Amino acid sequence: MAHRWINDLTAEDATPFSAYMNRRQIMAGLAGLGLGAIAAPAAALAPAGDLTPNSWEEITTYNNFYEFGTDKGDPARYADQLTTSPWSVTIDGMVDRPGAYDFATIMDRMTMEERIYRLRCVEAWSMVVPWNGFELADLLNLAGVQDGARFVAFETLNRPEEMPGLRSPILQWPYVEGLRLDEAMHPLTIMATGIYGKTIPNQNGAPMRLVVPWKYGYKSIKSVVRITLTDTQPPTSWNRYSSREYGFYSNVNPNVDHPRWSQAQERRIGGGLFSRKQPTLMFNGYEEEVAALYDGMDLAEYH
Amino acid sequence: MTAWTWPNITDRPVNWLNAQLRRLPVWALYAAGGAWPAILLYMGATGGLGVEPITALEHELGKSALNLLVFGLAITPLRRFFGLNLMRFRRAIGVIAFAYVGFHLLVWLVLDVQSPALIWADIVKRPYVTVGMAGFLLLSPLAATSNNWSVRRLGAAAWRRLHRLVYPAVLVAALHFMILVKGFPVEPLIYLAVIVVLLLLRLDRRAVAWRAGGLPRPR
Repeated sequence: MAHRWINDLTAEDATPFSAYMNRRQIMAGLAGLGLGAIAAPAAALAPAGDLTPNSWEEITTYNNFYEFGTDKGDPARYADQLTTSPWSVTIDGMVDRPGAYDFATIMDRMTMEERIYRLRCVEAWSMVVPWNGFELADLLNLAGVQDGARFVAFETLNRPEEMPGLRSPILQWPYVEGLRLDEAMHPLTIMATGIYGKTIPNQNGAPMRLVVPWKYGYKSIKSVVRITLTDTQPPTSWNRYSSREYGFYSNVNPNVDHPRWSQAQERRIGGGLFSRKQPTLMFNGYEEEVAALYDGMDLAEYH
Repeated sequence: MTAWTWPNITDRPVNWLNAQLRRLPVWALYAAGGAWPAILLYMGATGGLGVEPITALEHELGKSALNLLVFGLAITPLRRFFGLNLMRFRRAIGVIAFAYVGFHLLVWLVLDVQSPALIWADIVKRPYVTVGMAGFLLLSPLAATSNNWSVRRLGAAAWRRLHRLVYPAVLVAALHFMILVKGFPVEPLIYLAVIVVLLLLRLDRRAVAWRAGGLPRPR
């Protein structure tokens, strides 16, 4: 089932590690001369839907992972306390082979791919991330999905001694998410275990996190320890916090505003102080691939 | 051998501190207050505020303004309970706080929202923006009358009454912070709690004075 979707750009088009390091050094040099502000607008003119990956630094220092704190820098500051080995994922509910699946075993059985995806946060910023991972469908098939299963529930690790954010009741812990089974089985839906060909850093959801590129970032649950197949729609963390603001589907949609801010535009991270906003694309630019999943649904009601 | 005593102008540590503070010119506060946004802007342009400098700059300026407003509210209780006299600096603190609110608004208009059409839509549609603008409007007349000429012109009593607008303005600022965050983070709640305590301290004194017959009944 792997390789069911091919990037618009191939792996060769992704900025190699050495090249973006050079770009950063040039930018740092300009900044040192006080020219950073002048150089930045040129970098900010990326068109909507552009797929030039963000730098390693951008991807790994600007994170929402409230288990480590609510500041964007908190995950990078505190996530090194997290033990990711040994790690196992419990797959249970309506599956033929329920149980705890060891991370190493999963890695042996899955076909790894690179997927360069846009990531759109509900807070109206975005990035492009070159993920490494495998299709979630392959993992679900490993456990054997039973007839009658309609939804997939996910759960993040809940280990307060290593995750300082869990000591504050910012959300109800553990963090939980959910997808409809057809969304989970879609070729675009992956479990990511790496970025830029390197092991995924803890702050990005090590050792294994969901990536659903046509939905707002919070749907892509990090550091997953449990996957449950069910026949009822599972609760999701942000929806439980405010169902008016965060729907179960949470598809990226420029026409349906968040009650407190507009979703029509987004700011691509990395454009500096004078970065221009760009229009947000329907389904985050994956309309062709996923629109059929929602045929006949009122996307404002089922936001 | 005689016991060590405080220098003779004082008998308490706080008086020594007050004496030191009298040597600090008010213009030094304006200079430091003016340097901070420049430092933030420089940091934003050179990567010192992280990979998303626009939001970071906006938030730093907003929080700096809120810190100064809270500090301004604390000056009277600090004198009343601890004898610490910062009255000389209160106007500067208020004026600098308002300047930060202005820069905060400017960053939002020019760097963040960018489009004039969206600015008005945001003010009308987004409660946290509406509330923030209300705070700015409440503070504007205070900034405009923060000079000796206005005190003389309005008369001390009317001037003081006008400047009580700072109480609702600070509450509005805390509310603005609270309703723009996601989830239930503790920081805005701490600000709100501190502000409520600082305001209650004032109510308390007026109520006590009223019961003792010293002041007309507060309305």
